[in-house]
Amino acid sequence: MRLPDYHRPTTVAETLDLLADLGDEAELLAGGTSLVNMAKLGLAEPQHVIALGGVPELHGLTGVDGGLTLGAMATIRDVETSLPVRDLAPGLAEAASHVATVRIRNQATVGGNLVHADPNQDLPPMLMVHDAVARIRGPQGVREVPVTDLFLGFFETVVEEGEILEAVHVPAPPAGLRTTYLKFLPRTKDDYPTVSVAAGLAVADGRVTDVRLAVAGGGATPLRCRAAEEVLAGSDGGADAVAAAADALAGELEPISDGRGSARYKTEMARVSARRVLDRLLQEAAA
Amino acid sequence: MDNSERIALRVNGTECEVVTAAARPVLEVLREDLGLTGTKEGCSVGVCGACSILVDGTLMSACLMPVGAVGGREVTTVEGLAGDDGRLSPVQQAFLECGGFQCGICTPGQVVAATALLRESPRPAPEEVRNWMMGNICRCTGYYSIVSAVLKAADATAAQAGEQA
Repeated sequence: MRLPDYHRPTTVAETLDLLADLGDEAELLAGGTSLVNMAKLGLAEPQHVIALGGVPELHGLTGVDGGLTLGAMATIRDVETSLPVRDLAPGLAEAASHVATVRIRNQATVGGNLVHADPNQDLPPMLMVHDAVARIRGPQGVREVPVTDLFLGFFETVVEEGEILEAVHVPAPPAGLRTTYLKFLPRTKDDYPTVSVAAGLAVADGRVTDVRLAVAGGGATPLRCRAAEEVLAGSDGGADAVAAAADALAGELEPISDGRGSARYKTEMARVSARRVLDRLLQEAAA
Repeated sequence: MDNSERIALRVNGTECEVVTAAARPVLEVLREDLGLTGTKEGCSVGVCGACSILVDGTLMSACLMPVGAVGGREVTTVEGLAGDDGRLSPVQQAFLECGGFQCGICTPGQVVAATALLRESPRPAPEEVRNWMMGNICRCTGYYSIVSAVLKAADATAAQAGEQA
Protein backbone atom coordinates (compact mmCIF):
# COMPACT_ATOMS: atom_id res chain seq x y z
CA MET A 1 0.00 0.00 0.00
CA ARG A 2 1.33 3.40 -0.93
CA LEU A 3 1.55 5.77 2.01
CA PRO A 4 0.44 9.37 1.54
CA ASP A 5 2.88 12.09 0.58
CA TYR A 6 3.93 14.08 3.62
CA HIS A 7 4.05 17.86 3.52
CA ARG A 8 5.67 20.11 6.09
CA PRO A 9 4.47 23.70 5.81
CA THR A 10 6.01 26.22 8.18
CA THR A 11 3.32 28.91 8.02
CA VAL A 12 -0.46 29.04 7.93
CA ALA A 13 -0.27 30.80 4.55
CA GLU A 14 1.76 27.92 3.14
CA THR A 15 -0.73 25.46 4.64
CA LEU A 16 -3.62 27.21 2.89
CA ASP A 17 -1.71 27.12 -0.43
CA LEU A 18 -1.18 23.38 -0.02
CA LEU A 19 -4.86 22.87 0.79
CA ALA A 20 -5.81 24.85 -2.32
CA ASP A 21 -3.43 22.85 -4.52
CA LEU A 22 -4.20 19.40 -3.19
CA GLY A 23 -7.95 19.76 -2.64
CA ASP A 24 -9.81 16.82 -1.19
CA GLU A 25 -6.84 14.49 -1.61
CA ALA A 26 -5.22 16.11 1.43
CA GLU A 27 -5.87 15.93 5.15
CA LEU A 28 -4.37 18.09 7.87
CA LEU A 29 -2.34 16.14 10.43
CA ALA A 30 -2.12 17.54 13.97
CA GLY A 31 -1.49 15.02 16.78
CA GLY A 32 -2.50 12.02 14.69
CA THR A 33 -4.74 10.43 17.31
CA SER A 34 -7.81 10.83 15.11
CA LEU A 35 -6.52 10.96 11.54
CA VAL A 36 -4.08 8.06 11.83
CA ASN A 37 -6.79 5.88 13.35
CA MET A 38 -9.35 6.96 10.75
CA ALA A 39 -6.83 6.03 8.04
CA LYS A 40 -6.18 2.65 9.67
CA LEU A 41 -9.93 2.01 9.66
CA GLY A 42 -10.19 3.03 6.02
CA LEU A 43 -12.46 5.95 6.95
CA ALA A 44 -9.90 8.44 5.62
CA GLU A 45 -7.74 7.73 2.60
CA PRO A 46 -5.66 10.84 2.05
CA GLN A 47 -3.15 10.87 -0.80
CA HIS A 48 -1.41 13.71 1.01
CA VAL A 49 -1.05 14.63 4.64
CA ILE A 50 -0.16 18.16 5.61
CA ALA A 51 1.67 17.94 8.94
CA LEU A 52 1.16 21.00 11.13
CA GLY A 53 3.85 20.31 13.75
CA GLY A 54 6.21 22.81 12.12
CA VAL A 55 3.77 25.74 11.97
CA PRO A 56 4.65 27.90 15.01
CA GLU A 57 1.60 30.18 14.54
CA LEU A 58 -0.67 27.28 15.44
CA HIS A 59 1.12 26.41 18.67
CA GLY A 60 0.86 28.02 22.05
CA LEU A 61 -1.65 28.85 24.66
CA THR A 62 -1.70 32.47 25.70
CA GLY A 63 -3.65 34.94 27.77
CA VAL A 64 -5.29 37.59 25.61
CA ASP A 65 -7.47 40.49 26.82
CA GLY A 66 -8.32 38.71 30.04
CA GLY A 67 -9.23 35.57 28.09
CA LEU A 68 -7.23 32.75 26.56
CA THR A 69 -6.24 31.80 23.05
CA LEU A 70 -5.63 28.11 22.51
CA GLY A 71 -3.64 27.46 19.36
CA ALA A 72 -4.97 24.62 17.23
CA MET A 73 -1.79 22.65 17.99
CA ALA A 74 -1.96 23.14 21.76
CA THR A 75 -2.29 19.67 23.20
CA ILE A 76 -5.10 18.50 25.48
CA ARG A 77 -2.39 18.01 28.11
CA ASP A 78 -1.40 21.67 27.69
CA VAL A 79 -5.02 22.65 28.41
CA GLU A 80 -5.10 20.33 31.42
CA THR A 81 -1.88 21.58 33.01
CA SER A 82 -1.37 25.19 31.96
CA LEU A 83 -1.61 27.71 34.77
CA PRO A 84 -3.49 30.35 32.73
CA VAL A 85 -6.21 27.79 31.94
CA ARG A 86 -6.38 26.59 35.53
CA ASP A 87 -6.70 30.17 36.76
CA LEU A 88 -9.20 31.44 34.25
CA ALA A 89 -11.17 28.36 33.24
CA PRO A 90 -10.60 25.59 35.78
CA GLY A 91 -13.58 23.66 34.41
CA LEU A 92 -11.85 23.51 31.04
CA ALA A 93 -8.69 22.10 32.62
CA GLU A 94 -10.88 19.60 34.46
CA ALA A 95 -12.66 18.52 31.26
CA ALA A 96 -9.28 18.15 29.52
CA SER A 97 -8.05 15.89 32.33
CA HIS A 98 -10.85 13.44 31.48
CA VAL A 99 -9.71 12.89 27.88
CA ALA A 100 -8.46 9.34 27.26
CA THR A 101 -5.04 8.71 28.85
CA VAL A 102 -2.10 10.97 29.56
CA ARG A 103 -0.26 9.55 26.55
CA ILE A 104 -3.11 10.49 24.22
CA ARG A 105 -3.51 13.90 25.89
CA ASN A 106 0.17 14.51 25.11
CA GLN A 107 -0.50 13.95 21.43
CA ALA A 108 -4.09 15.03 20.75
CA THR A 109 -4.63 18.72 20.02
CA VAL A 110 -7.38 21.27 20.57
CA GLY A 111 -7.80 21.88 16.84
CA GLY A 112 -7.76 18.21 15.97
CA ASN A 113 -10.26 17.45 18.70
CA LEU A 114 -12.70 20.06 17.41
CA VAL A 115 -12.53 19.27 13.70
CA HIS A 116 -12.67 15.52 14.35
CA ALA A 117 -16.14 16.31 15.73
CA ASP A 118 -16.92 13.06 17.43
CA PRO A 119 -20.02 14.03 19.45
CA ASN A 120 -18.76 12.23 22.56
CA GLN A 121 -15.61 14.27 23.20
CA ASP A 122 -14.98 15.96 26.55
CA LEU A 123 -13.67 19.36 25.47
CA PRO A 124 -16.47 20.77 23.25
CA PRO A 125 -19.23 21.03 25.88
CA MET A 126 -16.97 22.94 28.26
CA LEU A 127 -15.79 25.23 25.43
CA MET A 128 -19.48 25.88 24.71
CA VAL A 129 -20.10 26.75 28.36
CA HIS A 130 -17.26 29.26 28.08
CA ASP A 131 -18.72 30.84 24.93
CA ALA A 132 -15.46 29.96 23.18
CA VAL A 133 -15.04 31.06 19.57
CA ALA A 134 -13.15 29.18 16.86
CA ARG A 135 -11.02 31.16 14.43
CA ILE A 136 -11.15 29.64 10.97
CA ARG A 137 -8.88 30.84 8.19
CA GLY A 138 -9.40 30.21 4.51
CA PRO A 139 -8.45 31.71 1.15
CA GLN A 140 -11.00 34.50 1.71
CA GLY A 141 -9.66 35.44 5.13
CA VAL A 142 -10.70 34.77 8.70
CA ARG A 143 -14.10 34.02 10.14
CA GLU A 144 -15.06 33.45 13.73
CA VAL A 145 -17.59 30.80 14.69
CA PRO A 146 -18.78 30.11 18.25
CA VAL A 147 -17.90 26.54 19.23
CA THR A 148 -21.63 26.14 19.92
CA ASP A 149 -22.27 26.58 16.17
CA LEU A 150 -19.23 24.67 14.92
CA PHE A 151 -20.72 21.19 14.60
CA LEU A 152 -23.06 20.00 11.86
CA GLY A 153 -23.25 16.26 12.46
CA PHE A 154 -21.21 13.15 13.17
CA PHE A 155 -17.60 13.99 12.26
CA GLU A 156 -18.75 17.11 10.45
CA THR A 157 -18.08 20.78 11.17
CA VAL A 158 -18.59 24.11 9.40
CA VAL A 159 -14.87 24.15 8.56
CA GLU A 160 -14.86 23.85 4.77
CA GLU A 161 -12.42 22.32 2.34
CA GLY A 162 -9.50 24.69 1.96
CA GLU A 163 -9.92 26.13 5.45
CA ILE A 164 -8.09 25.56 8.71
CA LEU A 165 -9.26 26.00 12.29
CA GLU A 166 -6.26 27.93 13.62
CA ALA A 167 -7.21 28.80 17.20
CA VAL A 168 -9.95 28.90 19.79
CA HIS A 169 -10.54 31.99 21.89
CA VAL A 170 -11.95 31.56 25.39
CA PRO A 171 -13.23 34.94 26.58
CA ALA A 172 -12.74 36.05 30.18
CA PRO A 173 -15.59 34.45 32.12
CA PRO A 174 -17.93 36.92 33.84
CA ALA A 175 -17.22 37.44 37.55
CA GLY A 176 -19.00 34.90 39.70
CA LEU A 177 -19.34 32.20 37.03
CA ARG A 178 -18.60 28.75 38.44
CA THR A 179 -18.14 25.81 36.13
CA THR A 180 -18.00 22.06 36.48
CA TYR A 181 -17.94 18.95 34.34
CA LEU A 182 -19.52 15.59 35.05
CA LYS A 183 -18.52 12.66 32.89
CA PHE A 184 -20.61 9.53 33.22
CA LEU A 185 -18.91 6.46 31.91
CA PRO A 186 -19.71 2.97 33.03
CA ARG A 187 -16.82 1.29 31.23
CA THR A 188 -13.12 2.15 31.48
CA LYS A 189 -11.93 5.58 32.53
CA ASP A 190 -10.12 6.28 29.25
CA ASP A 191 -13.30 5.91 27.20
CA TYR A 192 -15.61 8.53 25.82
CA PRO A 193 -18.54 9.27 28.12
CA THR A 194 -21.89 7.58 27.78
CA VAL A 195 -23.04 11.11 28.35
CA SER A 196 -21.45 14.12 30.01
CA VAL A 197 -22.68 17.52 31.13
CA ALA A 198 -20.70 20.75 31.37
CA ALA A 199 -22.24 23.56 33.34
CA GLY A 200 -21.63 27.18 34.28
CA LEU A 201 -23.65 29.07 36.86
CA ALA A 202 -23.70 32.40 38.67
CA VAL A 203 -26.00 33.38 41.52
CA ALA A 204 -26.64 36.86 42.93
CA ASP A 205 -29.13 37.91 45.61
CA GLY A 206 -30.72 34.47 45.64
CA ARG A 207 -31.37 34.41 41.88
CA VAL A 208 -29.64 32.50 39.10
CA THR A 209 -28.13 35.30 37.01
CA ASP A 210 -26.20 33.21 34.50
CA VAL A 211 -26.57 29.58 33.50
CA ARG A 212 -24.89 27.60 30.73
CA LEU A 213 -25.39 23.90 30.01
CA ALA A 214 -23.90 21.69 27.31
CA VAL A 215 -23.87 17.96 26.69
CA ALA A 216 -21.60 15.44 24.98
CA GLY A 217 -22.99 12.11 23.88
CA GLY A 218 -26.51 13.47 23.55
CA GLY A 219 -26.85 13.29 19.77
CA ALA A 220 -25.02 13.75 16.48
CA THR A 221 -23.12 16.75 17.85
CA PRO A 222 -22.20 18.16 21.23
CA LEU A 223 -25.03 20.47 22.18
CA ARG A 224 -25.56 23.71 24.11
CA CYS A 225 -28.89 23.23 25.88
CA ARG A 226 -30.53 26.66 25.63
CA ALA A 227 -34.05 25.51 26.59
CA ALA A 228 -32.79 24.14 29.90
CA GLU A 229 -30.84 27.36 30.51
CA GLU A 230 -34.00 29.42 29.98
CA VAL A 231 -35.89 27.34 32.52
CA LEU A 232 -33.33 28.01 35.23
CA ALA A 233 -32.29 31.59 34.41
CA GLY A 234 -33.81 34.08 36.83
CA SER A 235 -35.17 31.35 39.11
CA ASP A 236 -34.29 30.87 42.77
CA GLY A 237 -32.31 27.73 41.92
CA GLY A 238 -34.56 25.63 44.18
CA ALA A 239 -35.16 21.91 43.78
CA ASP A 240 -38.19 22.42 41.50
CA ALA A 241 -36.32 24.77 39.17
CA VAL A 242 -33.35 22.40 38.98
CA ALA A 243 -35.59 19.42 38.23
CA ALA A 244 -37.44 21.39 35.55
CA ALA A 245 -34.14 22.45 33.95
CA ALA A 246 -32.86 18.86 34.00
CA ASP A 247 -36.09 17.70 32.35
CA ALA A 248 -35.77 20.40 29.71
CA LEU A 249 -32.17 19.37 29.04
CA ALA A 250 -33.17 15.72 28.61
CA GLY A 251 -35.88 16.86 26.20
CA GLU A 252 -33.35 18.61 23.97
CA LEU A 253 -31.28 15.48 23.34
CA GLU A 254 -31.50 12.90 20.58
CA PRO A 255 -28.87 10.37 21.58
CA ILE A 256 -28.16 7.26 19.58
CA SER A 257 -28.13 3.77 21.05
CA ASP A 258 -24.66 2.26 20.93
CA GLY A 259 -22.18 0.26 22.99
CA ARG A 260 -22.13 2.97 25.67
CA GLY A 261 -25.86 2.76 26.31
CA SER A 262 -29.30 2.92 24.77
CA ALA A 263 -30.79 6.25 23.75
CA ARG A 264 -33.21 6.08 26.66
CA TYR A 265 -30.46 5.30 29.15
CA LYS A 266 -28.32 8.18 27.88
CA THR A 267 -31.27 10.55 28.14
CA GLU A 268 -31.97 9.49 31.72
CA MET A 269 -28.33 9.75 32.71
CA ALA A 270 -28.13 13.20 31.15
CA ARG A 271 -31.13 14.23 33.27
CA VAL A 272 -29.50 12.85 36.43
CA SER A 273 -26.12 14.38 35.54
CA ALA A 274 -27.66 17.79 34.88
CA ARG A 275 -29.33 17.74 38.29
CA ARG A 276 -26.06 16.76 39.95
CA VAL A 277 -23.93 19.45 38.29
CA LEU A 278 -26.51 22.12 39.03
CA ASP A 279 -26.83 21.01 42.66
CA ARG A 280 -23.05 21.05 42.98
CA LEU A 281 -22.74 24.58 41.58
CA LEU A 282 -25.68 25.92 43.60
CA GLN A 283 -24.22 24.48 46.79
CA GLU A 284 -20.85 26.06 46.01
CA ALA A 285 -22.52 29.39 45.31
CA ALA A 286 -24.40 29.22 48.63
CA ALA A 287 -21.34 28.25 50.67
CA MET B 1 6.44 7.47 -7.73
CA ASP B 2 8.23 6.39 -4.58
CA ASN B 3 7.80 8.94 -1.83
CA SER B 4 10.63 7.76 0.39
CA GLU B 5 12.91 10.39 1.79
CA ARG B 6 15.87 10.65 4.14
CA ILE B 7 14.78 11.39 7.70
CA ALA B 8 17.28 12.17 10.45
CA LEU B 9 16.33 11.49 14.04
CA ARG B 10 18.02 10.82 17.34
CA VAL B 11 17.14 7.50 18.93
CA ASN B 12 18.39 6.72 22.44
CA GLY B 13 21.12 9.31 22.06
CA THR B 14 22.37 8.10 18.69
CA GLU B 15 21.96 10.01 15.44
CA CYS B 16 20.11 7.85 12.92
CA GLU B 17 19.05 8.24 9.35
CA VAL B 18 16.29 6.24 7.72
CA VAL B 19 15.04 6.24 4.15
CA THR B 20 11.31 5.74 4.17
CA ALA B 21 7.93 7.33 3.56
CA ALA B 22 7.46 10.02 6.20
CA ALA B 23 3.88 8.95 6.84
CA ARG B 24 5.02 5.54 8.07
CA PRO B 25 4.41 5.01 11.81
CA VAL B 26 7.54 5.47 13.87
CA LEU B 27 6.68 2.13 15.55
CA GLU B 28 7.34 0.30 12.28
CA VAL B 29 10.52 2.21 11.61
CA LEU B 30 11.89 1.48 15.08
CA ARG B 31 11.15 -2.22 14.85
CA GLU B 32 11.82 -2.98 11.20
CA ASP B 33 14.41 -0.44 10.04
CA LEU B 34 16.34 0.15 13.25
CA GLY B 35 15.94 -3.31 14.81
CA LEU B 36 14.65 -1.86 18.09
CA THR B 37 12.00 -4.47 18.84
CA GLY B 38 11.56 -3.55 22.50
CA THR B 39 8.71 -1.24 21.52
CA LYS B 40 5.76 -3.56 20.94
CA GLU B 41 2.75 -3.41 18.69
CA GLY B 42 -0.43 -4.15 20.62
CA CYS B 43 -3.74 -2.57 19.64
CA SER B 44 -2.23 -0.25 17.04
CA VAL B 45 -4.84 2.43 17.81
CA GLY B 46 -3.31 4.23 20.78
CA VAL B 47 -5.25 2.48 23.50
CA CYS B 48 -3.03 -0.25 24.97
CA GLY B 49 0.29 1.53 25.55
CA ALA B 50 2.53 -1.34 24.36
CA CYS B 51 4.25 1.04 21.93
CA SER B 52 4.88 3.81 24.48
CA ILE B 53 7.95 5.90 23.63
CA LEU B 54 9.28 9.28 24.71
CA VAL B 55 9.55 12.03 22.13
CA ASP B 56 11.65 14.90 23.48
CA GLY B 57 10.89 13.37 26.88
CA THR B 58 7.11 13.30 26.42
CA LEU B 59 5.17 10.04 26.52
CA MET B 60 3.60 9.19 23.14
CA SER B 61 2.12 6.29 21.19
CA ALA B 62 4.56 5.21 18.47
CA CYS B 63 1.74 3.53 16.51
CA LEU B 64 -0.04 6.86 15.96
CA MET B 65 3.00 8.93 15.12
CA PRO B 66 4.35 9.23 11.59
CA VAL B 67 8.12 9.08 11.49
CA GLY B 68 8.07 12.43 9.69
CA ALA B 69 6.77 13.98 12.90
CA VAL B 70 9.84 12.91 14.89
CA GLY B 71 12.43 14.09 12.36
CA GLY B 72 15.08 16.08 14.23
CA ARG B 73 13.63 15.10 17.60
CA GLU B 74 14.90 12.85 20.38
CA VAL B 75 13.19 9.48 20.61
CA THR B 76 13.70 7.28 23.67
CA THR B 77 12.65 3.64 23.63
CA VAL B 78 12.93 1.01 26.35
CA GLU B 79 16.36 0.12 24.94
CA GLY B 80 17.58 3.58 25.88
CA LEU B 81 16.74 3.48 29.58
CA ALA B 82 19.58 1.38 31.01
CA GLY B 83 22.97 3.01 31.59
CA ASP B 84 25.80 2.60 29.05
CA ASP B 85 27.33 0.03 31.40
CA GLY B 86 24.16 -2.05 31.18
CA ARG B 87 23.02 -1.07 34.66
CA LEU B 88 19.22 -1.04 34.78
CA SER B 89 17.36 2.19 35.40
CA PRO B 90 15.61 2.51 38.77
CA VAL B 91 12.27 1.77 37.07
CA GLN B 92 13.60 -1.34 35.35
CA GLN B 93 15.23 -2.55 38.57
CA ALA B 94 12.01 -2.01 40.53
CA PHE B 95 9.92 -3.90 37.96
CA LEU B 96 12.39 -6.77 38.28
CA GLU B 97 12.31 -6.76 42.08
CA CYS B 98 8.51 -6.43 42.34
CA GLY B 99 7.73 -8.90 39.58
CA GLY B 100 5.97 -6.10 37.73
CA PHE B 101 5.25 -8.33 34.75
CA GLN B 102 3.82 -11.69 33.86
CA CYS B 103 3.91 -12.53 30.14
CA GLY B 104 6.00 -9.43 29.48
CA ILE B 105 4.51 -8.07 26.26
CA CYS B 106 3.27 -4.87 27.90
CA THR B 107 6.39 -4.43 30.04
CA PRO B 108 8.47 -2.17 27.77
CA GLY B 109 5.52 0.21 27.47
CA GLN B 110 4.87 0.06 31.21
CA VAL B 111 8.50 0.85 31.97
CA VAL B 112 8.62 3.75 29.51
CA ALA B 113 5.34 5.17 30.83
CA ALA B 114 6.52 4.88 34.44
CA THR B 115 9.79 6.59 33.52
CA ALA B 116 7.83 9.50 32.06
CA LEU B 117 5.69 9.73 35.20
CA LEU B 118 8.64 9.85 37.60
CA ARG B 119 10.36 12.52 35.55
CA GLU B 120 7.30 14.70 35.84
CA SER B 121 6.28 13.72 39.36
CA PRO B 122 9.16 12.12 41.31
CA ARG B 123 7.09 11.15 44.39
CA PRO B 124 3.62 10.25 43.07
CA ALA B 125 0.81 9.11 45.35
CA PRO B 126 -0.54 5.61 44.57
CA GLU B 127 -3.67 7.15 43.04
CA GLU B 128 -1.55 9.30 40.72
CA VAL B 129 0.38 6.20 39.65
CA ARG B 130 -2.83 4.33 38.87
CA ASN B 131 -4.25 7.29 36.98
CA TRP B 132 -1.11 7.74 34.88
CA MET B 133 -0.51 4.04 34.24
CA MET B 134 -4.17 3.50 33.27
CA GLY B 135 -3.10 3.99 29.66
CA ASN B 136 -0.91 0.88 29.72
CA ILE B 137 -2.98 -2.25 29.65
CA CYS B 138 -1.71 -5.52 31.15
CA ARG B 139 -3.91 -8.33 29.90
CA CYS B 140 -2.41 -10.66 32.51
CA THR B 141 -3.88 -8.06 34.92
CA GLY B 142 -0.68 -7.79 36.92
CA TYR B 143 -1.51 -4.27 37.96
CA TYR B 144 -0.84 -4.60 41.67
CA SER B 145 2.82 -5.43 41.13
CA ILE B 146 3.14 -2.79 38.43
CA VAL B 147 1.91 -0.05 40.76
CA SER B 148 4.19 -1.39 43.53
CA ALA B 149 7.13 -1.29 41.13
CA VAL B 150 6.49 2.32 40.16
CA LEU B 151 6.24 3.37 43.82
CA LYS B 152 9.40 1.43 44.63
CA ALA B 153 11.24 3.08 41.75
CA ALA B 154 10.19 6.47 43.13
CA ASP B 155 11.55 5.52 46.56
CA ALA B 156 14.79 4.19 45.07
CA THR B 157 15.31 7.32 42.99
CA ALA B 158 14.69 9.55 46.01
CA ALA B 159 17.08 7.49 48.17
CA GLN B 160 19.74 7.67 45.45
CA ALA B 161 19.33 11.44 45.20
CA GLY B 162 19.62 11.63 49.01
CA GLU B 163 22.91 9.70 48.98
CA GLN B 164 24.33 11.97 46.33
CA ALA B 165 23.24 15.14 48.12
